[in-house]
Amino acid sequence: MGQIMSAAKIEELVVISGKGGTGKTSLTASFAVLAGNAVIADCDVDAADLHLLLAPRVLAQHEFRSGHEAVIRMEECVACGVCQDYCRFDAVRIIGEVAGRPEFSVDPVSCEGCGVCVRFCPAKAIDFPERVCGEWMVSETRCGTMVHARLGLAAENSGKLVSTVRREALRIAEKNGNGLIIIDGPPGIGCPVISSVSGSSLVLVVTEPTVSGEHDLERVLALTKHFSIGTAVSVNKWDINPAMTERIERKAREAGARVVGRVRYDSAVTTAQLRELAVVETDAPSAEDMRQVWNDLGLTGNIRITDGVESLSS
Amino acid sequence: MKIAFSTSGENLDAPLDGRFGRASKFILYDLEKEYFEVIDNQQNLNAAQGAGIQAAEAVVRAGANGIVTGHCGPNAYRALCAAGVAIYNCEAPTVAAALTAFRAGVLLPMESADVEGHWV
Amino acid sequence: MILAVASGKGGTGKTTVSVNLAQVFGARVQLLDCDVEEPNSHLFLKGTLRESEIAAIRVPEVDESLCNACGLCSKFCQYHAIALLGATPLVFQELCHGCGGCEKICPRGAISEKERRIGVVETVEADNVTLIQGRLDVGVAMAPPLIRAVKSRLLGGVSAILDAPPGTSCPVIATIRGSDLVVLVTEPTPFGLHDLKLAVDMVKELGITFGVVVNRVGIGDDRVHRFCGERKIPVLLEIPDDRRIAEAYSRGELVIDALPEYRSRFSTLLWNIKELRGKKSGANHVRS
Repeated sequence: MGQIMSAAKIEELVVISGKGGTGKTSLTASFAVLAGNAVIADCDVDAADLHLLLAPRVLAQHEFRSGHEAVIRMEECVACGVCQDYCRFDAVRIIGEVAGRPEFSVDPVSCEGCGVCVRFCPAKAIDFPERVCGEWMVSETRCGTMVHARLGLAAENSGKLVSTVRREALRIAEKNGNGLIIIDGPPGIGCPVISSVSGSSLVLVVTEPTVSGEHDLERVLALTKHFSIGTAVSVNKWDINPAMTERIERKAREAGARVVGRVRYDSAVTTAQLRELAVVETDAPSAEDMRQVWNDLGLTGNIRITDGVESLSS
Repeated sequence: MKIAFSTSGENLDAPLDGRFGRASKFILYDLEKEYFEVIDNQQNLNAAQGAGIQAAEAVVRAGANGIVTGHCGPNAYRALCAAGVAIYNCEAPTVAAALTAFRAGVLLPMESADVEGHWV
Repeated sequence: MILAVASGKGGTGKTTVSVNLAQVFGARVQLLDCDVEEPNSHLFLKGTLRESEIAAIRVPEVDESLCNACGLCSKFCQYHAIALLGATPLVFQELCHGCGGCEKICPRGAISEKERRIGVVETVEADNVTLIQGRLDVGVAMAPPLIRAVKSRLLGGVSAILDAPPGTSCPVIATIRGSDLVVLVTEPTPFGLHDLKLAVDMVKELGITFGVVVNRVGIGDDRVHRFCGERKIPVLLEIPDDRRIAEAYSRGELVIDALPEYRSRFSTLLWNIKELRGKKSGANHVRS
């Protein structure tokens, strides 16, 4: 055999939903169990719930820093108010009075770290430290390594934290030879979602047969189309409204997405959650449906050899 | 003429990185002097946004006349075009192979960005 | 009274609570859909679109005849939205937060600002409800400025219900800041409790009075009720797990219309909210 000049391509499945509460995390946990040996990434960093089902044992914890925040040094402030006039984000407030002068303070929740007040403060009385926005962790679970994170209160830039979690998951997959990464994506269509789907192999949109589900699906499909990513759609709780399910599936096909299995309305999903188990680890009726969705996705997690250098493609 | 190659290593045998903005390093090869230097891009690897733009600034500052990489997003493309730097798309496995391809004249300058932004 | 409806995670019934509450309000009320990535309230209110306005942020524009390529703007920008590569700086609008720093820092006055569209703000009239909703353009990652644009349409003197985006990040804070009271909607499940705790930390940090609505009571266990009991958090309403509610929702119907027996529950919720607000403000009468 000649020299192998090709590289293994790691597949990344991202599960998103547009609207929240459609069962995305329950499905992701089941996929993690069915895959057996995938790296799991919880990119729903605003409301990370996957750990409630997969009981991770934390191996390493890291501070997540992003951007800067303005902090006024009170003792040097001359109370001129330039910072307040210049701030476009209403982050500078008067919080009291000291010796007859207003006391200015930057509200860290509103500060977007632009640095305008820092640069233009005539007294040079504003510091600009790095901002700690949360933390991310590498853990061991019963179905493989998991990378997850916790975003601090009102912290911005969860898109960057999502990128960090994804990058770390990819690094681990490369190191350990995993062929598949399963990502629990964030809700919505904003920055964190863009960060979680860009450059991935396949996006699964979990939706529900409601007017909201239909409406949000259109926006999500517009997004995945915008980024040219292969997309599959699964309707959860399909039997709540079979006609709507048909309609959503038709729309999904028209938008160029692949329709995979449906999942029935099943109260045993909550029972599994109470027992801290993935649905497919229980005898819930919908476990069978979730297996079907998994099979339809056709992700084996087997390492695929591709020509040329396509490694690190994400 | 100096050409920058996106890579993760520090010599010509290193793999060519398919990403531009998020590549960890660039090898800047001087075709006249047959000599190269390594430009670190680690800072951009961790950038929240705008990695392609910052990477473009870094290679332009270093004096590159052309870039050989796998893919290039819209922001980096715009930035490099403004600086008059040509971008060559290449799928060769290593920097050395990409350099050979470049010298042979088989690489064509890209005429538009070939991936969307946020392509981490 | 400005009332915000929020939840730590999506899909707990925030929109259900907001739209049904608006409908039983009796008096004229403004409903602001601040979930600008996925505005859904309009699906449940049949009204007529009165107004649609473009929302924009200010982004820089460089006058090449004045620029001497000093690069100060590019060095200053924290978001890498302006870069000096050729003879004049390039602006990358989608990265710009609109802070105005580059314009101020330019020594030659070569930078001015122009508007960049981020979405629309729509006003819909439906009986006693004025719905004001923001709709972020696809691919735009700037929710807070659009939320601020939606909130700037608030009329004083008329009560308002703010439907917040899910979670506890910036867009949620941008929505609930300045409101008189927050209703947190949750479910009696492990996910529900976990996300409720995050939401409680958030409203406490902001110092806003709050209460909880427990939706789909019966699906999980009593952990959310126990948590609220221990923390002395008022439970303002319980909505039972009733498949008919899910079905009505799926068709875009209001619960109080499809299932009239629930109307009194939402009226009770309104009463509980007013009482909680009265208690906290120490007033005998509830304002508006």
